[in-house]
This record gives sequence, structure tokens and C-alpha cells, in this order.
Amino acid sequence: MALYSEKVMDHFRNPRNVGVIENADGVGEVGNPVCGDIMKIYLKIDNDVVTDVKFETFGCGSAIASSSMATELIKGKPVSEVLQLTNKAVVEALDGLPAHKLHCSVLAEEAIKKALKDYYDKNGIEYDKSLFPDCDSCAHCCDQ
Amino acid sequence: MIYADNASTTKMSKTAINAMLPYFDNIYGNPSSLYAFGQEAKEALESCRARVAACLNCEPREITFTSGGSEADNQAIISAARAGAKKGKKHIISTAFEHHAVLHTLKALEKEGFEITILDVHSTGLVTPEQVSEAIREDTCLVTIMFANNEIGTIEPIKEIGEVCREKKVLFHTDAVQAVGHVRVDVKEQNIDMLSISAHKFHGPKGVGVLYAKKGIVLTSVINGGAQERGKRAGTENIAGIAGMTAALEEACKNIDENAAKTVPLRDRLIEGLSKIPYGELNGTAQQRLPGNVNFCFEGIEGESLLLLLDDKGVCASSGSACTSGSLDPSHVLLAIGRPHEVAHGSLRLTINEEFTEKDIDYIIEAVTDVVTYLRNMSPFWRDLVNGKRPHVFAK
Repeated sequence: MALYSEKVMDHFRNPRNVGVIENADGVGEVGNPVCGDIMKIYLKIDNDVVTDVKFETFGCGSAIASSSMATELIKGKPVSEVLQLTNKAVVEALDGLPAHKLHCSVLAEEAIKKALKDYYDKNGIEYDKSLFPDCDSCAHCCDQ
Repeated sequence: MIYADNASTTKMSKTAINAMLPYFDNIYGNPSSLYAFGQEAKEALESCRARVAACLNCEPREITFTSGGSEADNQAIISAARAGAKKGKKHIISTAFEHHAVLHTLKALEKEGFEITILDVHSTGLVTPEQVSEAIREDTCLVTIMFANNEIGTIEPIKEIGEVCREKKVLFHTDAVQAVGHVRVDVKEQNIDMLSISAHKFHGPKGVGVLYAKKGIVLTSVINGGAQERGKRAGTENIAGIAGMTAALEEACKNIDENAAKTVPLRDRLIEGLSKIPYGELNGTAQQRLPGNVNFCFEGIEGESLLLLLDDKGVCASSGSACTSGSLDPSHVLLAIGRPHEVAHGSLRLTINEEFTEKDIDYIIEAVTDVVTYLRNMSPFWRDLVNGKRPHVFAK
């Protein structure tokens, strides 16, 4: 049996939305080089809709695939919907991840939320702080 | 496919396969059986023991067949510990980058009250006889130091360490799993008291190995049951495996210089080619190194994605990243030589042999260069290194 599903391998081999958005409306980076994975998400938001999204990832196959899939799931979606994205949705869309790789999907969810928070902060938009768990510590990410 | 993971396991040689075949159907008797048919198997077993002993320059009775290197390591260490404890000696010396078969056995002994001194292996991946000498105490019952490291291929000064142990009358065990069949091993000349071998690292079958223990060392049985192997290792002997291992060992030892002469220039070509990738560095000294081992760290990338993309290009390799080790930490070997976590995650081990061609090597260099560049281009960590937001670990 292969390590990863075909979907994971497809998104790993042909990652969608890799790159950088200059002057992005929201940028979120989570993870840490010591843990071996960093994800960075760039959002372009027009009229409360994510019109473009790019990512950069340092990490394993499932980290790259999770970022790619997560960007696909939120592209073109209203911000209110993007806020509802869970790591579970990313895992399901990838046809599953091995148990010890689930934290990669958590990173993807957190990177996107962090980018949204950045968007809100930059634009002075009020938001429910409880929606954005603090994810600056490595232990938090590695403990998943 | 280019199989560049020979430290992980090797393809069996035709000689070894042919040596095994008779023991599956023609000579399938149990060596413990009394009748002639069983004794035929017993004779084969004893002939293998003598041939293995000849390869290591020891006596046949000093050879115990095991299920592999891990079992041999376990038995050697436990035997020395039990013998030491009887004399009130409960101190063991080892190094930080041993195989887990050694380190985890030591950890278990530590829980029983043994004290373990772990020697530093420096950035070179080498321990010195002086370190060993300084660490030996009145209550030291064992020094266990690997012959050659499985990840970075560095070869320890075994003969000199053995000499120190002889002088101080302390047992010396070496895990020689990566060395035997690749570099010259002579237990007499190199002052070795106990040594572990695994057949599948030199084109023999999996699931079979050897524990050499010098005459006079009392072995503790770790597999209890019947009286096989002089009562020191129970279980019906794996005759086919032992026959395959013996044939593979003889072949490897006979061709050892010739194989090294072919492999070393290929290894050095690979090291030279990979050294051209910026912000990467060879792990362990380039000098005292196994003929087939190349191990690099590259900044800004993670090892598992590197391996998967190399696999797509038909290159089988391994890495010491956390994601490939199945734990949260990268390889203990890379950490032991002082590589920081973030660099150890980007490690790549390529282990070649004499069958490689220059064309294979050049293909690997191109594949690794392409994949590293590709992964760096999507890595925010690499971007930070390039922009100076995070410091480089390597000078260039």
C-alpha cells in the first residue's frame, strides 16, 4: 500500500496555487523550521470574497498537498465561508491522511485563519477573537 | 530505477540465493534431529559457522547465529551487563549516534540501575580512543561503539578503541552491521571482543545475523527455549538463511578491495556533484567513510518531500527528517554531529555500491539538484534564508 492516497500524491506532485501574492490583503504563516514545516498563505480579498490565494510550504509531502488542497477549497469563496474551513474538510478532500500526518492539515487550516486575521487587522474589521487560536508556538503544532 | 539505499538493505547476490536453495527442499531436516538426514543439516550449519569464523578471523565456537543485527546487539549488551552486574560493575560506555538496537537496549539497562556514559562524536562523526580511555572507570563492564555509522558512514578507530579496552580489561562490543563485507574486519587484529553482523547489508538474506563473542565471554540467552547454539540462542536454526549469509559474506570479503576501489571514486564523484548545490553540506568526515555512503543536509527543504520527488525520478534514497523517522525529532545521528533541527530535516542519504556507473551518479546529481531547487522555490523557509530574515547555517 502506498504511503499516501492518489489525491495527496496528485496535489503533492502538481500543487495548485504555489507562489506569492505581492501586496496581499492577508498573509498568514504558521509552523517553525525546528519542527520541519512552515506554511505561508497569501490572500487577495475583494468585496469579502477570496478572489486569489497562493501558498508557500516548507514541509513533507502531506504538508504540501494539504496546503494545495486548502487553497483550492477556499478560492472564490466568501470570507464567511472560508472561516468555516476545518482541517477535517482538507483531510476528506484529500481522501485521508495517515494518522501521524493529520497535523499537516491542521497547519493548513491555521495558516488560512491567520491570513484572515491579518486581513481583519489590516482593515480594522471587528471579529470574534476566539475564532483565531494563537499558533506561534512550535509545541502547539507538533503536539497534534 | 536506481536503488541508492544500500545501507537500508541490499539485493541478494546470485551466489547467496543459490547457496540457500538446497535447504528449502533437499536438505530440509532439523539439525537437532538424530538421524542422518537431520545430521546432514547439522553438518551444513557447522560448515557455515567455520566459514563465517574464517571471514572474521575467529574460532567457529565464537560464532552464534541470530535473527539479525538487532538481536546480536541486544544479546551482546545484555550478556556484558549481566556478567558485569555479578561483579558489581554497572557502568557502560557508548556513543550518541549508535543504532537504536544499541541505544534502546542501553536505555532499558539504565532503568535497571546501570549508568550509561554517552561519548560525543563531534562534527566529524568520529569518537577518539582517548575519549574512551578517559571515560573508563573501575566499574565499567562494557564499551559498545559502532564500527561504521549507518546514516553518515563514518568509520570509527575500532582497533585503537579495542586496544584501550584490552589494556583496561573492559569488554568491547562493536555493532559492525554496516562495516562487515564493506571494509576489512578482523576481530583479532582489531581487538574486538564482541561484534554484531546482519546478512542483508552485504547481499545476503534478511532475518539472519551473527554475534561473535570471544572465547570466555558468557552469553546470556535472550531467546529462551531449546539448546540450539550451545544453549545460547533457542529456536530451530535458519539454515537456508545461514547458508545464504555465509556465501554472501565470503563473496563480499573476497572482493572487498576490488569493490571499494570501484565504489570510492563513484562516491567521491557524487559528493563532488552534490557539493555544488548551494547551502548544503556533507554530513560526517569525507575521509574515514564507508565506500558507498553519501549523506548531505540541504537548507530550506524537508527530507520526505525530497525522497518522494526523487522516487518519482526513479531514485530510491532515505532521509533523517522527522517525517521519515516517524517521530517528531529528526535523526539522532544528525543531531549528535551537531546539526540543528531545521537542517537535519533536510537530510538525504544515498548509499551506493560497486554496480553503479558514472552515468547513474550523474543522473542522481541532476535529479537531486533539480528537486532541491524545485522545493526551495516553494519554501517560505528558503525565502527567509535568501532574504536574510533567518540566518544560514552553512557558509555557502
